[in-house]
Amino acid sequence: MKQRYVYVLAALLTVIGFSVFVYKWQVLGFPVTEDQEKPVWTIESAVSFDSGPGSIKVQLHVPTLTPGFRMLNENSVSRGYGFSLNYGSGGREAQWAIRRADGEQKIYYRLSVYEDDSVDVSDTTPPFPPVPVINEPMNTAVEVLVDDVSEHSADTASFTTELLSRMNDPSPDPNVELLLSGVSTNAEFVDIATTLLAAARIPARAVHGFPLAGRQRSASLVSWLEVHDGDRWLYFNPATGEENLPQRFLVWWRGNEPLVNVEGGSNVQVSFAIQENHLDAVAIAETQAAQQGTSAFDFSLYSLPIQTQAVYSILLMIPIGALVMVFMRNMVGIDAFGTFMPVLIALAFRETKLLWGLILFTLLVTLGLIIRFLLDRLRLLLVPRLSAVLIVVVILMLFISLTSHRMGMEMGLSVALFPMVIIAMTIERMSVVWEERGAADAIRGGLGSLLVAVVAYAFMVMPWLEHLIFTFPELLLIILAIVMLAGRYTGYRLTELRRFRELSKS
Amino acid sequence: MFSAAKKLRQNGVLGLNERNADFIMRFNPRRFYPRVDDKVLTKEIALAAGMAVPDLYGVIVHQAEVRNFSAMIENQSSFVIKPAQGSGGDGILVVTGRSERRRDRFRLSSGMNISEGEIHHHISNIVGGQYSLSGNRDKALIEYCVKFDPTFAEVSYQGVPDVRVVVYKGYPAMAMVRLPTRASDGKANLHQGAVGAGVDLASGRTLTGVLENALVEDHPDTGALIAGLEIPQWDFILESSARGYEVTGLGYLGVDMVIDNDRGPLILEMNARPGLNIQIANCTGLASRIARIESIYDKNATPAERAAVARQEFPAANGGQTPFSF
Repeated sequence: MKQRYVYVLAALLTVIGFSVFVYKWQVLGFPVTEDQEKPVWTIESAVSFDSGPGSIKVQLHVPTLTPGFRMLNENSVSRGYGFSLNYGSGGREAQWAIRRADGEQKIYYRLSVYEDDSVDVSDTTPPFPPVPVINEPMNTAVEVLVDDVSEHSADTASFTTELLSRMNDPSPDPNVELLLSGVSTNAEFVDIATTLLAAARIPARAVHGFPLAGRQRSASLVSWLEVHDGDRWLYFNPATGEENLPQRFLVWWRGNEPLVNVEGGSNVQVSFAIQENHLDAVAIAETQAAQQGTSAFDFSLYSLPIQTQAVYSILLMIPIGALVMVFMRNMVGIDAFGTFMPVLIALAFRETKLLWGLILFTLLVTLGLIIRFLLDRLRLLLVPRLSAVLIVVVILMLFISLTSHRMGMEMGLSVALFPMVIIAMTIERMSVVWEERGAADAIRGGLGSLLVAVVAYAFMVMPWLEHLIFTFPELLLIILAIVMLAGRYTGYRLTELRRFRELSKS
Repeated sequence: MFSAAKKLRQNGVLGLNERNADFIMRFNPRRFYPRVDDKVLTKEIALAAGMAVPDLYGVIVHQAEVRNFSAMIENQSSFVIKPAQGSGGDGILVVTGRSERRRDRFRLSSGMNISEGEIHHHISNIVGGQYSLSGNRDKALIEYCVKFDPTFAEVSYQGVPDVRVVVYKGYPAMAMVRLPTRASDGKANLHQGAVGAGVDLASGRTLTGVLENALVEDHPDTGALIAGLEIPQWDFILESSARGYEVTGLGYLGVDMVIDNDRGPLILEMNARPGLNIQIANCTGLASRIARIESIYDKNATPAERAAVARQEFPAANGGQTPFSF
């Protein structure tokens, strides 16, 4: 009956712990492994212009759909301007407005993005474009070119490639030459290409953005050609006709509208600067959780002050140590002094490192035992004697630290990290066992404690485990469930198989 | 490894985890623990139930009372000092005599001489809680030193041999005789190197011995054969231990008795967490005997009836005859 309660409770705890874990991991993107840093790019666009006499209105295209990237945050810096974000025909537009401004003005819009392959272009399928109305003699040139290209192509993609290769021909045919006369910028070239594609009733538009790579103080926009094949959008390099998108291409805006539009200002210039940072995946998850409005982070340890976080990252390893302790005691059957003494020793080992921890612990306990036996001759009462042992332990720590410091072994200083009360109790307990049951039992108990401490230490220093528990403290529920189940483990201990070996013969 | 565990399971061997989880926690309510953990209380309730216990000479509760010690043992030449809440025989001092010339010199069972001052220090340690299970303050008992029956003289090295009976829900389930050795320093505790000898519940005869988890035929110090000794007043011992269930209310109980030359079997102490080595001494698993008791359990049976059932149900596997006795 009770057995079943334990199973149900353990199952419940496991389910709760595990589902919170999976939610935080899969949905909120908390990293399961340590040091997951994602590159984060911050793109700053600066619009500068000379203010005119009247009111000023600035419209800047800003990213809307960014395939391959997820937006972390965006903000605008401008003095005295009213700011708003609107949806225009070509996507989102940032808009600044002010009644009056004097002299040269500078407005900043800043955006941070990080790579996320799951973000896809989920733009709608566009309608077939109307045949553009083009004046003669351009119109004939367009018609001839379109007919000729469609004869040499099979589908939308090959049509586009063929068209672009003709437009890029170093010795172009007269039609192309006519169409491209007066084209000076990359954007204008792409604009002509979209017009030609529209004449062939293929939906196309220009995309403008940057390939993100490292830090760039002044990045220039690159225009790419986007063509819809009836199914999805394809990207073409207008300079080569190849179907591809540059690596880490951040789409800033689409269409042939100008990037910026300033009413009431002149001498408009836009510049872009790109900064690459590496941000902890946890911080990204944090922002994302905030965007989704979940309260997962309000209860996360990452919301605590850094110093408190450091304390908890150590404290949260104690349950791991306790689990190891349970296993060593109840499954393996190793004798140790004190229930949690080995766990606390393991905690001290984390700071001193294993070898020095073992040396210092053995040294401390051995010296302590010698002095304890000397104290025994004085026939002190119990509590004063325990206090005397404690004081001796503190003095020994001091002595070890000072001596090792003089000898230039700085590791000896870390002896101060041992839990002195626990050590004092261990010395007392060990000396009593020594007297009552003999040296063998006392040393066996001491070694057992050390063994458990070393095994616990091995688990407690695993960085990935520490990160996992710290990021997903709900896993403690699973540890609790395991400990509960272990509490109802009525099988033999490993050492009992040896102990009762006479009984397993018959 | 797993096959060894399977074999143990087949033979009905009880493990520590199973003992703790399925028997001690289930049948030994925590509130009854003081009845066995505090030897002063054990003595009181056993006396009230009409059971035989060693006489109490005095109890020292406070440090200040240590000076009353000499008055308590004024007329005694032998006595035992033990902590009321000790475990595993720790902190027990057996004084077997005192010097005729100097009344403040005492001889211990080990043959060592100690002064009254040293005894005072020992009592102070007991009162301070050095030997107590919980580490809290404790009481020191000074009681009658058992003059043990000659039955086990050949197979004991100093100290007092005792009979341990494990009683499950009032039914004696298994018994053993614990024989002190030189290694155990005269203490009848298996952890400290005493020899345990299984007992055939039907006849009250000893079986082979066990030392440090291994079977032995002879006592390691005296060399005498352990098996085949007949425990005197076996009926009385079984019945007294069965009665321990009513007295303590503990369903899984160890009753320790000594056999005094003059007064017969006396209850020395009772234990809420009796050890499992008794299985090795008897070459039998406790779990199988407990299962048998469950199947024949009768709520209304008297201690005498339960003792009789145990005699009938649990003879040694080979009729009490070990291969190398007689």
